[in-house]
Amino acid sequence: MAWNKLVSQPASKWTDATGPHAEVVLSSRIRLARNVTNLPFPHQMNEAQAEELIRQVETGVREINLVGLSSRVELFKLADTPALDRQVLVEKHLISPQQAQQARGKAVAISEDESISIMVNEEDHLRIQCLAPGLQLKQTWRTASLVDDALEQKLNYAFHAQKGYLTSCPTNVGTGLRASVMIHLPGLVLTQQAGGLFHRLSQLGLVVRGLYGEGTDAAGHIFQISNQTSLGKAEEEIIEHLEAVVLKVVEAEKQARLHLHGEMPLQVEDRLGRAYGILSSARVITSEEAMKLLSDVRLGIEMGLFPRLSHRTLNELMIAMQPAFLQKAEGRELNPLDRDAKRATLIRTRLAS
Amino acid sequence: MQCDNCGQRPAVFHTTTVVNGQKQEAHLCEVCAHEKGQASFTFPNLSIQQLLSSFLGQDPFVVGARTAPQQQAEPTCKNCGTTYSQFADGGRLGCAQCYDHLEMYLNPLIKRIQGTTVHAGKAPKRTGGIVRKKRELASLRQDLQGAIQGENYEEAARLRDQIKQIESQIQAGGDGSGME
Ligand SMILES: [Zn+2]
Ligand SMILES: [Zn+2]
Repeated sequence: MAWNKLVSQPASKWTDATGPHAEVVLSSRIRLARNVTNLPFPHQMNEAQAEELIRQVETGVREINLVGLSSRVELFKLADTPALDRQVLVEKHLISPQQAQQARGKAVAISEDESISIMVNEEDHLRIQCLAPGLQLKQTWRTASLVDDALEQKLNYAFHAQKGYLTSCPTNVGTGLRASVMIHLPGLVLTQQAGGLFHRLSQLGLVVRGLYGEGTDAAGHIFQISNQTSLGKAEEEIIEHLEAVVLKVVEAEKQARLHLHGEMPLQVEDRLGRAYGILSSARVITSEEAMKLLSDVRLGIEMGLFPRLSHRTLNELMIAMQPAFLQKAEGRELNPLDRDAKRATLIRTRLAS
Repeated sequence: MQCDNCGQRPAVFHTTTVVNGQKQEAHLCEVCAHEKGQASFTFPNLSIQQLLSSFLGQDPFVVGARTAPQQQAEPTCKNCGTTYSQFADGGRLGCAQCYDHLEMYLNPLIKRIQGTTVHAGKAPKRTGGIVRKKRELASLRQDLQGAIQGENYEEAARLRDQIKQIESQIQAGGDGSGME
């Protein structure tokens, strides 16, 4: 059944690392916030209203499956699913932590390849999310917009002639769009250029977040860059701006990597080799330490140090080593030490195979 | 009371900060308080709530209170009953109609967060045709004002015809075409 695959396999469309600039940009994401008229926003809904919306979305999902996407979308009511399974979906960024904790009246529609997820009754009635490997925001936007059009056949969207799509928080009003990339920037962090760069990005109307942890200390040197405002510009304009800036960041990151390797090849190769050494021999490892070391190994792949390893393997590991995923694979709850042990074993085996 | 910072505009934000155990009071005008709030922009990790409260004059690192714009009845959405202060506390509106019922209070906030209050992107296909025409109409009316003020009567007559034509199209229900 689709659900079992969803909560047991780390691989999905984005983890295959096939997109443009995948050596720096892990994934591109488009999120559209939508609400319907005649129902209060989710935090004000009663159970009957929440169920009513889920029914409407179910008919909308049928429309999505008629527009000729490569992968079938299926809707799941979260209240019917085990808590650990929901936690796995959080680790895969397919639902929000809030939806996992309060599953009553919540649902999610997910495509088989996990490139589309539609959260129902989150902060807004709908959060349409589309995800792709590498830097491909424009294409991802086209998919999201198509899904949006299909849903609109069955849903009466709350739309204001002046303010656009109405959202429960005014920070999302207008386009309801948040375009973002997940980006790996070890070169810029190690050459101490990241802080200045992030400051400049904020002046350009973009927001930077550490993906696991905050600031430039973010574990794994993985960051999310997204648009700050959602109103006043067309979607294409917001996306083109983000993509143009991200391309510059990619260029700067590649320069920094070349510079590092060129200036101090011994020290760099030593550091990356040690990271590989620890990962392939540790018996107990926390996810924070693993994220840091995997970042070094990822950089090493780019520098040609680990010819047998691929970005795809690392992407899948990043998912599979998360706490809920480990426990799901084990079929039981694990205490933190057992988890760290399972994580170490998983990484060792994957790196060796 | 005048603003502590510029001394020019009336103070509407009253904040109390505790620095090294010393209580400091600040009374700022809308403009200066906003600039102060902008400083928190460089912190990339503020939550939406913090962002909102800083825009509402409650800097996340400061305990403060905003003087209500009017001391009268609390502004409330007639559809769902959400009040402006409930929104200010939780950062969420109650329903789509809140945008109309609380418009007077929301517009300045949206302007500050988003830099504008006018959407320029996608519209639902269903309403798209009409929405587009209404936007066209608004911009034509502006042009007309300009033409009249500039005593450019030929242009004004041309614009008036165009406006009439679009108005009748909207009356007829719009053709709904031309949306992308
Ligand atoms: Zn002032
Ligand atoms: Zn309301």
